[in-house]
Amino acid sequence: MLREEILKNIEKDSRVDIHELAVRLGASDEEVGSQMKQMEEEGIICGYHTMIDWEKTAVESVTALIEVRCTLQRGQGFDRIAERIYKYPEVRSVYLISGGYDLLVTLEGRSIREVSSFVSDKLSTMENVLSTATHFILKKYKDHGTIMAAPGEDERQVITP
Amino acid sequence: MRDPLSKTIREIKPSGIRKFFDIASEMKDVISLGVGEPDFDTPWHIRDEGIYSLERGRTFYTSNTGLKELRTEITNYLKRRIGVEYDPDKEVMVTVGGSEGIDVALRAMLDPGDEVLIPQPSYVSYEPCCILAGGVPVIIELKEENEFRLTAQELEEAITEKTKILVLPFPNNPTGAIMERSDLEAIAGLIEKHDLYVISDEIYSELTYKERHVSITQLPGMRERTVLINGFSKAYAMTGWRLGYACAPEVILKQMLKIHQFAIMCAPTTSQYAAIEALKNGDEDVAQMRDAYDQRRRFLVDAFKNMGLKCFEPYGAFYIFPSIKEFGLTSDEFAMRFVQEEHVAVVPGTAFGNCGEGFLRISYAYSIEKLRVAIGRLETFVQRLKKG
Repeated sequence: MLREEILKNIEKDSRVDIHELAVRLGASDEEVGSQMKQMEEEGIICGYHTMIDWEKTAVESVTALIEVRCTLQRGQGFDRIAERIYKYPEVRSVYLISGGYDLLVTLEGRSIREVSSFVSDKLSTMENVLSTATHFILKKYKDHGTIMAAPGEDERQVITP
Repeated sequence: MRDPLSKTIREIKPSGIRKFFDIASEMKDVISLGVGEPDFDTPWHIRDEGIYSLERGRTFYTSNTGLKELRTEITNYLKRRIGVEYDPDKEVMVTVGGSEGIDVALRAMLDPGDEVLIPQPSYVSYEPCCILAGGVPVIIELKEENEFRLTAQELEEAITEKTKILVLPFPNNPTGAIMERSDLEAIAGLIEKHDLYVISDEIYSELTYKERHVSITQLPGMRERTVLINGFSKAYAMTGWRLGYACAPEVILKQMLKIHQFAIMCAPTTSQYAAIEALKNGDEDVAQMRDAYDQRRRFLVDAFKNMGLKCFEPYGAFYIFPSIKEFGLTSDEFAMRFVQEEHVAVVPGTAFGNCGEGFLRISYAYSIEKLRVAIGRLETFVQRLKKG
């Protein structure tokens, strides 16, 4: 229970002070600290990343979602082909998907050309890959539960009974 | 020209909050902790039902009592939450916020001269509504040492031959006090003995942080003499939808409905459709908001403790009611200087009755981030006062 409460909170704000979090959850600093450490060791907490809207920076970047259809060979499941794909650092995520295709790959590159060449040179040429379909993201409205648009002003009356 | 106004209305004081509102709303970087409504938006699925009802052209009056489906959902909800059963056809009416329910209940039950017991500090409308209904408000001053709960002794001392109604405003705005089952059991006997009726304003019933809210209607013999007021504003963050409800024995509700019928016609139709969705599928949203309020509440209680500000731990609503008596300022002076010097708006306890003197109402219907900043400013201010 405490674990879930910790996770729900740090998922929204990983920089929260441990003492403050403990106060808010009605637990001791030690409990919260040791639970977090344990969850890091167990791989439940996989990192403390930062949400960045790269579009607002000077950095050029393009994100694509790539549907990948694969063939499987005897004795080799999807894990192996997935591993070959996710080892590339420019690949941000790889999911095994039910339905019309097998893997969904998120790829980040500096330009459309860079992404295209990854798909044509590296991905499509893998022997187990049957076909790919690449979708470029034009605009991110919401990512990781966070709405990218600036939050609205507090429109409530300043003081109400 | 003749005076256009009635004697009654001229005697009613305007709300004490106005002055602070004027000052705070003109400041640019003011942080307000003065709001009596949730900071959350109404959950999207509830808003979406409202929008859908408009798309479907459901823009007509509903029956005076409100949509049958909504009344049925209300009775299901009450059965599920407090285990009390009401007849959706004869004992429930949908109102324009909880406030209308309070007004209509008082008007339906009072004869001139009847006394109404109003525990204070409490919401600002009970006293004026009582006067407008021809009743005589009798204030019970709740005490900090009782955590602002109503005790049997306080109740007994206030009862006279003329007492007809007890207003029971728990969980309480502005103190955050709750009445637990044992507290209610202690006063139920007196209510029965003196043949009183109760108007139980339970608008904050979903926001309790100790035990689940207990309604006086759950105690033996109390449902028959209680008008239960509740609504959607606080639990589902729906203040602007203006929707509440009143449940009472048929003999009372029938007459309340008469007033509602002539004065209001019916509660807003769009809001009623949205409210059906809230009751059907909103439990999870309520739980999430309650958890968020609870975290902020613990955060503030801890911050006040560290600051050395005296404060009892509140277990309900979204207010905390610290004492500022040690500084030798009135609530009004404290709040005025605080907003002028540190640009944080809080409401002086006296806005909720004279016995709120020496206290402030601080709302935690704000994000943790905002509360952190505001608490920082409060600490600076308190340090400065202590140095003199």
